[in-house]
This record gives sequence, C-alpha cells and structure tokens, in this order.
Amino acid sequence: MTVGRTPSVVQNSGQVLPAGHEPANLGDILERVLDRGIVIAGDIRVSLLDIELLTLKLRLVIASVDTARQIGIDWWEHDPWLSSRARPPVEPGPRDPEEVEASRRPRAAARAEREERDEYDG
Amino acid sequence: MSTTAEPTPTTPGAGTGVWLHGVVAGDTPPAPAGITGIAGTPVRTVAAAGLAAVVSDAPLTEYGEEALRRNLEDLAWLERAARAHHAVVDVLSRAGAVVPARLATVHRDDGRVARVLVERHDELAGTLARLTGREEWGVKGYAVPGATPRADEPAGAGGGAGAAYLRRRKAQLTAREEGQRIAADAAAAVHTALAGYAVTARRHAPQDRRLSGAPTPMVLNGAYLVDRDRLDGFAALVRELGDRHPEIRLEPTGPWPPYSFVAEPSAEPAWA
Repeated sequence: MTVGRTPSVVQNSGQVLPAGHEPANLGDILERVLDRGIVIAGDIRVSLLDIELLTLKLRLVIASVDTARQIGIDWWEHDPWLSSRARPPVEPGPRDPEEVEASRRPRAAARAEREERDEYDG
Repeated sequence: MSTTAEPTPTTPGAGTGVWLHGVVAGDTPPAPAGITGIAGTPVRTVAAAGLAAVVSDAPLTEYGEEALRRNLEDLAWLERAARAHHAVVDVLSRAGAVVPARLATVHRDDGRVARVLVERHDELAGTLARLTGREEWGVKGYAVPGATPRADEPAGAGGGAGAAYLRRRKAQLTAREEGQRIAADAAAAVHTALAGYAVTARRHAPQDRRLSGAPTPMVLNGAYLVDRDRLDGFAALVRELGDRHPEIRLEPTGPWPPYSFVAEPSAEPAWA
C-alpha cells in the first residue's frame, strides 16, 4: 500500500522544494483525509471508530505505536480515538502466580521477537 | 459542471447522497474544472451565507451508511475514495483557500449542506480567512542509522556463550536506545525551528515503517502552514536543518491542502 513515488526528497545535501507536485503517497493521503480535515456531522452516520480496518489495522499502521513508544512519545495512550477502540479490552487475568508467569512467557517471547525485527542499527 | 448559477440548489434524487469535499469562500465560485467527484460524478457547488460547499453526488448503494461501513473495510475501495476526495480538495487548494472535509462526510441533499454552511458560518469563514495565502507542507524525518553510535562488544569478559550473548544483546539495545534518543532530539530541534518559521505547526504521530516504506523509523511527522510568499525561506531552512542534523534524513512533501490546520490547536494533543 506504499506508493514508491516521492515527489521531492531533500537529502541532507539538499535541493529546492519543487512546487506543484501532487503528493501521491497513499499513506500520506490516508492519514490526512481520515484523521484531519474538518469534522461535519453528515446525515450518513458512519463513525470511523466503527471501521475495523481503520481502528485496528490502518490506524495502527498510520500511527507507529512501537516507534513512538520507543522514543518516549505516548500521547496516544490518552487519545480516546486510539486507546478506547484500538486496543483490545483487558481481560481479568489469572490470579495464580504460576499461571501469570505461564501466560507472560509467550508474550515476552513475542516482544523479544518484535524487538529483534525492529532493529535498524543491528 | 457547476450548478452555482441556478437560483435554487439541485437536490439529487432518492438513493443519492451529497458528498462534501470542502468549503470555499464566495457565493458563486466556479466549480473546479477537469475533475470528477467521489463516484466519478460531476463536482458542483452549493452556496449559502457567502460560502460554497464543493460537493459531488454519491449513490447510496455505494456511499450509504451500510455500504460505507462495508466499503471502508476494503483497502482498495478506501484508496480509490481517498484519492478521489483528495484530488478535488487538492485542485481547490491550488485555486484559493479551502476547508477540507474529512472523508465520508455525506448529506441527504443540498438543503442539508446549505444548512451546515449557515450554522457553522463564523467558524468556516474564520478558518478560510486564516488559511488564505498559505499552504501546508509536511516534513518527515527518518533516523539515519550510520549517524548513531554503536556499542562494541566488551572484550575479554568472562562467562559462557550465553553470558556473551546477553552482553551483546544488552549493548545492542543500549546502542539502539541511544540512537533513537539522538534522532528524537534532532526531530524536536528541527520541528521547533520549522514551527518558528511557519504560521502554525503540528506534530503528528510518526508513520509506521509498513506505511512509510522507509527502512528506518520515522521520528518526525510535522505539518507546517507557510505563507506562500515565504516558501523560499522555508525551503532554505529545511535544507539548512538537514545539514545541521545528519542524524536524521528530512523529507518534505507538499504543497498539501491545509488538512492539518482546520481544527483549533486546542483540540489537538500537545506535543513537545
């Protein structure tokens, strides 16, 4: 879903901002038309909050939760848009310590795997 | 193409909704030429209270409540709709100030659209005045791995292969955290400088690599509202900041319609 054409890339060596190019990156367009722009209550009421693709998949793709959290940015934790809908409800956990430990292990493994994948400098 | 010359707004037939692209100033602005609306339908305007809503008809079989709910789950459909909507807003923004509507703003008929223009006149007119002569530019910043320090494996430390692995792992993680901190600091410095030049600025959540397509994490996803007659200075500042901060790679995009600047700043999450 990423479109390769980038209208202008200023590397550190730099070049002039070209005018009049249409930004064609789909991700850039989606984050703007879905997340910004004026909100006017239309007659057709479709809450974007109810769209699974947007909340669970696309929204998480747009807002890089992992990256942001790693560099200490966590405002979305307080963003009702994200925190109330995008995260699965917390189930009451098992109380037995061994069960807690057992349930934690796969998650820790998944986390380690994710970190492995996320490394960009290793 | 345009129905603005008609004394009364047209009302689409039953089974057709009115998709709002954006709001512009003026009682009789020309509808944008050479472009079609959301469903390949003509783009037209609905005027009221000195403002004009730029709309296109949307068949409810595809854009009604149930259909929208279903179609928005389809990424191919979503892409087509997003591009069609954006294309209209983009053309409008190149002709003058526009308040872009969020995707999937659909009204029953033109009368309902006109009512919105009347009810929200002051807010819309104020926003249009604020946006006149200005355009939105995005500046993204990506971490540059080579510019971040890398911890070497400590030499001569005892312990087995397992301990060595853990040390190596810890060093890697420390180096990564350090690299991210340095990139984050650079992103904050760049944003502060650009925000100081721009009329208004917003810092959005960084895009995930699955979306950005970039090999390294995005650390800055900024939007800047810039006076058109000061664009050269903005471009020069982006270049200068890129030179000053080799630890991040800057990528400007634009010009964009002012999607990021139609809401009051107080409604936005606060960023450093």
